[in-house]
Amino acid sequence: MTLADTLFWIVPELMLAGGAMALLILGVYLGDASSRLISTISIALLIAALLVVVALNGGPTQELFGGALRVDAFSSFAKMLILAAAAIAILMSDKYLAGEQLGRFEYPVLIVLAALGMMLMVSANDLIALYMGVETQSLALYILAAFNRDSRRSTEAGLKYFVLGALSSCMLLYGASLIYGFTGSTNFSAIAQSAAVARENVGLVVGLVFLIAGLAFKVSAAPFHMWTPDVYEGAPTPVTAFFAAAPKLAAMALFARALVTPFPDIVDQWRPIIAILAVASMTVGAFSAIVQSNIKRLMAYSSIGHMGFALIGLAAGTANGIGSVLVYMAIYIVMTVGAFACILLMRRRGGMTESIDDLSGLTRTNPGLALALTILLFSLAGVPPMAGFFGKLVVFQAAVEADLVWLAIIGAVMSVISAYYYLRIIWLMWFNEPAPAFEREVGSRLGMTAFGSAALMFPILIVFIGPLVAFARNAAAALF
Amino acid sequence: MTLVAFAFWVFALSAVASGLMVIASRNPVHSVLFLILAFISAAGLFVLMGAEYLAMLLVVVYVGAVAVLFLFVVMMLDVDFVEMKQGFLQYLPIGVAIAGLIVVELILAFATWSMPSDEEFAAANPAATQGSPLAASDAPTNIEGLGLILYTDYVHYFQIAGIILLVAMIGAIVLTFRTREGVRKQDPAAQVARKREASVELKKVPTGQGI
Repeated sequence: MTLADTLFWIVPELMLAGGAMALLILGVYLGDASSRLISTISIALLIAALLVVVALNGGPTQELFGGALRVDAFSSFAKMLILAAAAIAILMSDKYLAGEQLGRFEYPVLIVLAALGMMLMVSANDLIALYMGVETQSLALYILAAFNRDSRRSTEAGLKYFVLGALSSCMLLYGASLIYGFTGSTNFSAIAQSAAVARENVGLVVGLVFLIAGLAFKVSAAPFHMWTPDVYEGAPTPVTAFFAAAPKLAAMALFARALVTPFPDIVDQWRPIIAILAVASMTVGAFSAIVQSNIKRLMAYSSIGHMGFALIGLAAGTANGIGSVLVYMAIYIVMTVGAFACILLMRRRGGMTESIDDLSGLTRTNPGLALALTILLFSLAGVPPMAGFFGKLVVFQAAVEADLVWLAIIGAVMSVISAYYYLRIIWLMWFNEPAPAFEREVGSRLGMTAFGSAALMFPILIVFIGPLVAFARNAAAALF
Repeated sequence: MTLVAFAFWVFALSAVASGLMVIASRNPVHSVLFLILAFISAAGLFVLMGAEYLAMLLVVVYVGAVAVLFLFVVMMLDVDFVEMKQGFLQYLPIGVAIAGLIVVELILAFATWSMPSDEEFAAANPAATQGSPLAASDAPTNIEGLGLILYTDYVHYFQIAGIILLVAMIGAIVLTFRTREGVRKQDPAAQVARKREASVELKKVPTGQGI
């Protein structure tokens, strides 16, 4: 393959890398006054890259740079969601950042660079490429968490995220080095060949466990979830909205590829680990969220729980299982982005509020917002006929097909328990005495995002759930 | 005893001895200096193994940058090392327990690792078994070898490493850089553009009267 061919298939990545550098130069030249302009250009850049990914999708599977990157239907699916989520994250941030005197041009540039790291993650087909992608993404995210550097909570969140992220990178690298030592290659396909021979090799399995632990940190699956609530609470809210969406999907897609491509023959070895992670995450998500009074912390535990449900599909380890993970993550991203748009609209004179009690009686003070949030919360809880229900349904279906009935049953029980705290918020909004009203923002970007994602959850995705599942299964089939 | 073996023992012993001194010496500045000695000894061992690139990297990066940074921290920050060491005995048992656990795990993990016999190793690496890196003189040197693959087979990783460094640099600037108000700065352009007439005034002073 010539260099031009190789570069052709990574045009979206090149666009983001080159665009980020150009925007950085522009920003330094024009100063912080240009942050709005740079945000707009970044959104345009991400959307342009998204269109290129869509255009490149459907081509044959490409292995680039000697097998380091793999561009296939799976990576294209994940990249589309990542780029869309990143663009919306920038879109949602403008007003908040301006309000908090954080409007600096580095913010959209860092999100673009984080998106670049995520795109490299989801097409990584080699342990080194995996690590490089993870680090590109993580470093940008650490900075974003501490972006409000004059706030103690934000810097604490950034530091905590950084230290625990570095620890998880250590585990990832240690596992990767063991896998390399026992299989003799860092390339996923070559590892698969060695692993098929050395099935019961203790060293290989130890390496695999460390790799899984490192990746579980990145998707914040219990018991590696400790950083999540503090980071989500401390980071600026639009940054939290970004954290909860795109990086989760990228890490989950990476997780799927890093297990399915190199270790298809020792699925018995890693399936129990993933199943335990799934059960632990769902349990932590369901029970810890009940006592939260801060809505950002609640969303953190909610995302831990959702990662547990997605891991059920991964534990199945089949093409349908991976497909269900993609469906679940796609729906999860839309729900979470919408919920955070609602949280960002919780603004009173004098600043943002983050307490759940501030939502009480919202139907009387702001019925539109209350309706959107109600739909999103019903969907997060997995109540039919919202899209969130179908996400859980395909995951459980895949688990049952893979003879993991017990896991599906635990999942169903946990989804009922976790419904409690979502329904509690809905009850507060509909039946409690109204709290002071929020500032009205008619026709703002945040409102559009909230209503758009709520409309996607109900009723639009109900109609398109079939095509979405088919699309995701087609993408997942590229891994097998 | 050949020169190579002699050099190996010198470097190995000094590496171990200075490693011990790093944690044993009372003065933290001495600790850092011993750390530098340990790095240099390790670099010597790398040269003996024929990995001259790694040796140079160790000297440039660890001795030149990291150790000097340590020295700065030790000298500039008033860290009370006596106080830091106070809990040492208290935490010793748990530290030993964790260390023992890791050793057991490592033994379990590496017990299955079958090392090649000398013949197999010689067959796989004909150059490395001659006892001296000089025997491998016809093969490309480390640096040549790296140069041959770094921009070809590994160009992707190389470029991504560059992006990571860029992100780190943006982060350092975003999180620490502040434009301070009221700082007097030189503006060379303004200095050069200044005209003589604007700042020098000629006064006619009557003789013998002063100003």
